[in-house]
Formats: sequence, C-alpha cells, structure tokens
Amino acid sequence: MAPRQQVLYLWANGSALDSGTVAWAFHDGTDGAGPTLPDTTPPYANGVAAMRNGWMLLQSSQLTAPLPGNEHLNDYLEYEFVFERHIDIPEGSP
Amino acid sequence: MAEFVANGFIRFEAIVPEDVNERGIDEMRRLELERFGPDGLKPPHTGTPLDECYPLPSAIGEYLRLPQIRGIIESFVGVDPAFDHDFTHHLQPHSTYTQPLHVDAIIDSPDTTFDVQLFWYPHDVAPGEGGTRFVPGSHLRRVRSSGLERYQHIAGEQQFSGPAGTVVVFHHGLWHAGQPNPGDGDRWMHKVRLNPTVAQVRLWNTDDLAELQNPPSDHVFARMLPDSVAQILRTMHPWMSITDYRNEQVQRAKLWRYLTGDVTYDVDHYLTRLEGRAGLVGS
Repeated sequence: MAPRQQVLYLWANGSALDSGTVAWAFHDGTDGAGPTLPDTTPPYANGVAAMRNGWMLLQSSQLTAPLPGNEHLNDYLEYEFVFERHIDIPEGSP
Repeated sequence: MAEFVANGFIRFEAIVPEDVNERGIDEMRRLELERFGPDGLKPPHTGTPLDECYPLPSAIGEYLRLPQIRGIIESFVGVDPAFDHDFTHHLQPHSTYTQPLHVDAIIDSPDTTFDVQLFWYPHDVAPGEGGTRFVPGSHLRRVRSSGLERYQHIAGEQQFSGPAGTVVVFHHGLWHAGQPNPGDGDRWMHKVRLNPTVAQVRLWNTDDLAELQNPPSDHVFARMLPDSVAQILRTMHPWMSITDYRNEQVQRAKLWRYLTGDVTYDVDHYLTRLEGRAGLVGS
C-alpha cells in the first residue's frame, strides 16, 4: 500500500475551529481511489466535525489587524482552515 | 437598484423577444468564428459609444437597441455609455470545461463608480446545464482575480438557469465562473461590458426614492423603518461572517450615497458615527 494525501480547505464564518462552514475545497491525491466528499453541500458543519471524521488540522489563518484606511474593506474569505488525511492505496495506482 | 447594490446583480426574466434570441444565436456563432479571423464580423472597438455598436442589420445590435434593454443600461451607466468589450461564451454539449471562480479585469479604482456587464442567455438554460456560477454579494470586495480560484464551493452561490431571453446585469466586481454543460444542446451566452461616461447619480426611475430613502438615524439596534432602502441593504448572504456583513453595509451605504447624491445616507449608523467623531480630534 502507498500513502496518498487528501487536502480539505474549510472557510468559516468566525475565527474558531467550530465556527460554521461557509466555503470549502477538496483536493484528492488518490485521484478517486480514496473516499470522496459531496460537491453540493458543505462536507462538514465546521472544522471540529471534520476532525471527528479523521481530518488532521494543518493550518489555520492568522488573525491580523486591518491596515489603517482598510478597516471597512473586505477581500478574501478570512477564516481559512486547512486539513489533511492520508489514504493508503494499492501500490502501482496512478 | 437597492437590490443591485446589496447583491451585485439583477435579473430580467425573458426580456428579449424570441425572434431576436434566435437570430442572436446565429450571430453569436458568426462572431465566434470570425472575431479573430482576417475578414467577417468583428466586435466594436473598445471605447465606441454604445449607439454606434453593431449597426443594423445585426441581431446583437437589435438586442442592444431594444427599449427595455436601453432602459436597463441607462439606469446603470447613463444614456451614452462606452463599449468596453463583449464576448460570446459557447459550451458544446457535454462540455466538461470548468472555469475557476474569478472577477473580470483587475482590481478597480477604490471609488464607487462601476461598470455593468450584461449576460444575455438567448435560449433556455436548465438547472445545472452550463449557466454561469456566481456569488451574490461578492461584488464590493477587493480581491485579485486569481486569488478566487481556491474557492471551489461557497454557501449561497448560484448557478444561472432560466428561460430564453433572460438578461442578468452584473456589477463588474461580482465573482463568477463558467460551468460544465452536461446537456445535449449547445449553450450560448453573450456578455458585454459597458463603461459609464457620466456620474451614475439618479439615472434610474427614482419616483419612489423619497418614500423609501431612510434617514441616517435608521439603526437596527434603535429604530428603523419597516420598508426602506436600508432594509434591502441589510441583506446578509449565507457565506458572510458578521464582520464581513457589517463591512459590506458600510460599502453598500457608500455606493448608495454615490447613486443617490445623498452624502448623509447611512445604514445602521456606521458611517455617521465615525464622521461625527472625526470632528472631535484635536478639539
């Protein structure tokens, strides 16, 4: 068996790991050989629910104060959590 | 107009007549084939006054000259906007092409002026069959186009579906993406971007504005009018944090000030509070 990585991004509506999911992205290093996630609904209600399903937290976004003059400007989704899990797939798989 | 400010788009269902839609598809096909060739149908030069674009006979020209379409355009960018560019978006049946989420062009000026983009769908688009994906309420955020590719799914995003002849008007900053077409038919869409050449102040029918314009004291934690512009500008989209939401209210209020010429307009006291205190510094 060979380990492959799956990566899950969750963006939340607050800075806590149990804040509600508002966006998500999934990248599958197993190329479909491992378990997948639904496309149309958030796969997990929050980051803690993902951890309880076997996902390991890799990174969470830093909390940074806005630059002077930018206090009321929005840009990218602010609260990003990145998870991974390792899936064993048969040797010789693509 | 307040819904456009809150959501970044507004749709007009089946507003283009059937015969213009049918001839429009033929002309979109020609434009796709001939746009970059040595001869044939060409788009207007960037900067051309709209009145001079696609002179008749032309189905796209007919569409752009329909009174109801000109009324929409005039309401957002005035009677004499400039043509920025257009494009025909064509998906073959069963096309799997997926465009990443993006905004067009570059981050625009930090002021409140805006372009509009008209998306014309000349045939029925069934749910899930290639209609444009977009994120309501995303239009006032300051992002770089490539930075949005990371977001595969956002709560509350929509994918266009609707009857032939529907036109959706986008604020130029709205996040969007082309989607696969699992259907059996070709999917056509014409997108045109228009630049205002006049200040976009009270260009639409404002007969009801005096009745609906709330005073700057309108505040969700104090007193508020039950039916007002502010109630619409308080729209919270499902993907927003509470900070996002309040910041968006500030940006929407600034845009509404520009659109109405009312420099005291506010929603929930955010701007008025800061402006009142600013005068105290150094006193």
